[in-house]
Amino acid sequence: MTHLPALALRSAWNRRYTLALTLFAIALACALLLGIERLRGDARASFAQAVSGTDLVVGARGSPLQLMLHAVFRLGEPGGEMPWASARAVAALPDVAWTIPLALGDSHRGFPVVGTTGDYFTHFRYGSGEALRLAAGASFAGLFDAVLGADVAERLGYRVGERIVLSHGSGHIEGLAHDDKPFTVTGILARTGTPVDRSVHVGLEAIAAIHLEWQGGAPMPGVRIPAEFVRKFDLAPKTVSALLVGLKQRGAVFAVQRQIAGMPGEPLTGVLPGVALDELWQLTAVAENALLLVSACVVAVGLAGLAAVILAGLEQRRRELAILRSVGARPRDIFLLLAGESLAVTLAGALAGIVLHAGLRLVLSPWLQAQYGIGTAPLSTTLALAPGEWRLLAGVLAAGGLASLLPGYRAYRLSLADGLTPRI
Amino acid sequence: MNAPVVDLEDLHFRWPGQAGDCLDIASLRVAAGEHLFLAGPSGSGKSTLLALLGGVALPDAGRLRILGRETARLPAAARDAFRVDHIGFLFQQFNLIPWLPLLDNVLLPCRFSARRRQRALAQAPTLAAEAARLLDHLDLAPALWRQPAARLSVGQQQRAAAARALIGRPELVIADEPTSALDAERQQRFIDLLLGECAAAGATLIFVSHDTRLAAHFPRQLTLDGINRANREPEGRDGRAGT
Repeated sequence: MTHLPALALRSAWNRRYTLALTLFAIALACALLLGIERLRGDARASFAQAVSGTDLVVGARGSPLQLMLHAVFRLGEPGGEMPWASARAVAALPDVAWTIPLALGDSHRGFPVVGTTGDYFTHFRYGSGEALRLAAGASFAGLFDAVLGADVAERLGYRVGERIVLSHGSGHIEGLAHDDKPFTVTGILARTGTPVDRSVHVGLEAIAAIHLEWQGGAPMPGVRIPAEFVRKFDLAPKTVSALLVGLKQRGAVFAVQRQIAGMPGEPLTGVLPGVALDELWQLTAVAENALLLVSACVVAVGLAGLAAVILAGLEQRRRELAILRSVGARPRDIFLLLAGESLAVTLAGALAGIVLHAGLRLVLSPWLQAQYGIGTAPLSTTLALAPGEWRLLAGVLAAGGLASLLPGYRAYRLSLADGLTPRI
Repeated sequence: MNAPVVDLEDLHFRWPGQAGDCLDIASLRVAAGEHLFLAGPSGSGKSTLLALLGGVALPDAGRLRILGRETARLPAAARDAFRVDHIGFLFQQFNLIPWLPLLDNVLLPCRFSARRRQRALAQAPTLAAEAARLLDHLDLAPALWRQPAARLSVGQQQRAAAARALIGRPELVIADEPTSALDAERQQRFIDLLLGECAAAGATLIFVSHDTRLAAHFPRQLTLDGINRANREPEGRDGRAGT
């Protein structure tokens, strides 16, 4: 019966406005479903990108996840500090190629301050092995020099040469200001799509210098050491928050992890970034699944709307069905006509959903990038679907198939009951 | 070919849930080429008889033969195929699918029936040409052929419906009040056209109407009340008039 699809198509064209609206609802629902699934993937990819070049994150013994989140992503509460001597010892291990010390705890207008060394700019790798690149200026040379991440510079409108004041404490609640020792911006990093963009980088010695007269998290009363005199003091760091470690060979990672755990002195933890992230994803899976469930419900609402629209139109089409019966259409044909229409609208809705999703991503990706540091892919990869997304769409189509049985069956019953003379 | 086109014998039918028979016909024979006027007011079992003839309802008892075939014995799908192969239907109004162009409406039986298609192609080189020939005979101007049916007047629609009933030369044409939506003058013209085309195609016509004034056009006339025993006063029977 090759004429049936053509007939169905023309019939659908006749009701194109209602069907188009229904199709749009299904497209929106599918776009939402894809968006949530894709966002979860992107968030994971984005986190993984930030530590892609790091083999181990070392810190004081504590929760591996907390150490990871704090050291790499500057999220959550700080754990304990590790002694500088231990950091030196880790760097001296034979399998270790490089280490990057990180001293956290200060902030500038909500952006975290990272005390580190020049190694940060030479050894840190993100994404698929990219190194940090300066968009403007130079790395820090003087004691009170700062290098800004791309977001910090952009959001606060800073240029090279700007003088900034750091605050004690992290997060958005401003702590006490280190206003007696202002910093000069010497460089601004190119955008990376990682937490680096949201960080203010200064030298480890600078962190020591601004805390010289501090003790236990507060300035000692009556003690004031002017900036020009701090160089007379020993500015070697006493502790650091964490150490990013790169190995000569990745295969040695478990051996090095054991060596670090067994080192004398303060107990240390070496965290494999991938393992810690898996732990994180297990934690967030519940929320992600809840979101997916909600968007699945939205799809169900869209499909119910489709069935309702086609069922409602059926009453007006009873004569049409009787005419088709009189020219030889079997009840089975009537069923296929109606069920096929619903299924076709679902299919078109799902396809439109893919396109809509890609379009929305294209429009929203700069905002996502800036707001949440979630890196997004170009259009070609946005349109291509991952296996998980295919499964979701297959689910939508299966549900659409089930929903389309309803108008199909109703039309089948009507055409049997009405025969050639619809009782309207 | 001398078997009657329609042959009913002691036919009984009642709708599910009803107390008495809706149809109870002792005998009705319509010969090939015959043009029969069947008078039936609404409620006389007219729709039921059409449903039985069309094979969308099945008799409870008795014989119902169309072209010598006991259609009730056919499987449902074969009945649907038999209907389109051999019978052309004409309804009261709203005969056409409103969004489908006139020509496509006329061609609908050929889409569902290979037999109708072949028989149409025996008349003209293409299906469209045969549809055009019929539409032309029924006084429908070519400018209308590509228009959606809903744009046409009721009279034009009924003539197009007649073309659809006749295309591919079905042996039997069943018309159910096809003129009820037309004024008197147009009724006259329409019936003349229909009778002429049926005669030209050699089709048997059963024309059902409550309007007995139209009966004069037909060589043979019957009333449904006359042949349907279910509609009569009980007379000791348990039957009650159906709808």
